[in-house]
Amino acid sequence: MSAVTAPQADRAAPARTASDDLDVVPLRHWGRWVAALLVGLVAASFLLSLARNPNLDWTTVGTYLTKDFVIRGVGITLLLTALAMVIGTVGGVLVAVMRLSANPVLSWSAWLFVWFFRGTPLLVQIIFWGFLAALYERIQIGVPFTGWHLVDLDTNAVVTPIVAAVLALGLNEMAYAAEIVRGGILSVEDGQDDAATALGLTRAQTMRTIVLPQAMRVIVPPMGNETITMLKSTALVSVIGGRDLLTAVQSVYAQNFKVIPLLVVAAMWYLALTSVLSLGQYFLERRFGRGRRGSAGPGVISRWFKVSAAEGVAR
Amino acid sequence: MSAQVMEQATTGPLVRARGVRKSYGGTEVLKGIDLDVHPGDVTCILGPSGSGKSTFLRCINHLESIDGGWIEANGELVGYRRKDARIHELRPREAARQREDIGMVFQRFNLFPHLTVLQNVCHAPVLVRKESRAAARAHARELLERVGLGDKEDRYPAQLSGGQQQRVAIARALAMRPPLMLFDEPTSALDPELVGEVLDAMKSLARDGMTMIVVTHEMGFAREVATSVVFMDDGTVVETGSAAQVIGAPQHERTRAFLSKVL
Repeated sequence: MSAVTAPQADRAAPARTASDDLDVVPLRHWGRWVAALLVGLVAASFLLSLARNPNLDWTTVGTYLTKDFVIRGVGITLLLTALAMVIGTVGGVLVAVMRLSANPVLSWSAWLFVWFFRGTPLLVQIIFWGFLAALYERIQIGVPFTGWHLVDLDTNAVVTPIVAAVLALGLNEMAYAAEIVRGGILSVEDGQDDAATALGLTRAQTMRTIVLPQAMRVIVPPMGNETITMLKSTALVSVIGGRDLLTAVQSVYAQNFKVIPLLVVAAMWYLALTSVLSLGQYFLERRFGRGRRGSAGPGVISRWFKVSAAEGVAR
Repeated sequence: MSAQVMEQATTGPLVRARGVRKSYGGTEVLKGIDLDVHPGDVTCILGPSGSGKSTFLRCINHLESIDGGWIEANGELVGYRRKDARIHELRPREAARQREDIGMVFQRFNLFPHLTVLQNVCHAPVLVRKESRAAARAHARELLERVGLGDKEDRYPAQLSGGQQQRVAIARALAMRPPLMLFDEPTSALDPELVGEVLDAMKSLARDGMTMIVVTHEMGFAREVATSVVFMDDGTVVETGSAAQVIGAPQHERTRAFLSKVL
């Protein structure tokens, strides 16, 4: 090792002359320019064909965009989305906890539920609920096997198209939400449970204040996607006359045959609503990402909306 | 708390374990453990990995159930209720109440990552002990000051070093004012240069008279602080005595073999 000596002390830093100052020319990406030009041309000609197409009829789109029946349809669509997501999320947590239960009967019932509702098409489920009266003519709630009823109702009177739509969308969502919540709960380290338990927290307190808030970080992004998917899926209830946005425009273009402009009206509303939901999802993800690396500073959008870092990070 | 300790001092050991057995599947990991820990004792449990020392520690606050024998802490049977010749497992809520008085510090810290340092320390006192938020905060600040982290109360655990996280974990356990503290290899997950700060916090706790049971590989700590040292191997207690006896002049071949590897 003695052969390796320290660098010579008399080696000075290298001298630099004027001719060493060279300009750097970055590589020109000609292919990118050509590709951009081609795509731009295709896009421009497509947009032009739309703008000049008399069948699209922008004036009709403009007049129908804020008509009462359209707004009412938007309202029903939002109501269906909200109710289905509430039923789906609350029920999903319940099914997920059942699925994780040590009780095999609970665990298997939860599995069976998820298997059935994820394994059949949503459209089939919607039609099924719409025709529930063909299966059960009356809805009776009472003590089983005794013939005594607390409630005895005509199915068609109770399960209106809207109720059928909410049930179909909500129960279907429950199955998906259950799997998302279960994955979230399982993603929380066992040590968290140990620490909370050792501090004397009960199981319910541990679940509510330690496990679920951490699971949220894993649960919120896919549930945001579920909400956006749900908003679009509500259009399916038009097959049972759910009075949602699509049903509303359909019933009008069935009379005046302005199919395309009215579908454009619906599409514009759906697009606007999903955009708003995407923005909401962004803020929710930031809220539940607290305490994780890379979540300390405010993001581009919250700076845009002047949400202060303190508000975003502290509770 | 001190009144409780005084009372215990007159009534005997704070922790008593007799014939504790525990199996996982078909393997018996605890084969009859006997142990007494008196108020103010610092008991260090040494032993090779897989000797059952961490499992035994987790039985003391009933994080693990036991299959035979019994453990008493703070004057109560832990996790069970005696009825004639049998003991019946307690309901989770009753076991949770017992754990309030047994602090525990884990190898991997297990701080709650979604809560700030201050919230971590205040969480259980407010939620479980129903302390007022202001009182819990004041006590938490006092404890954080004591472990040298008074300036970190608004940080999240991920923003702290391992040593700082473990000191927060100690403060979090102390916030419940437990008369007994369990430490499960508190320095094993730390980088070497961070071990000292955690051991210092534990030493200061020991000096203040806290009753501690420490599963550890830190021989220096055991020598300096332990009032008694327990050597465990293969699910049994091989040797018990003062640090000078067990580490300085081990009587059993297995103890000697283990010490020759770690010293």
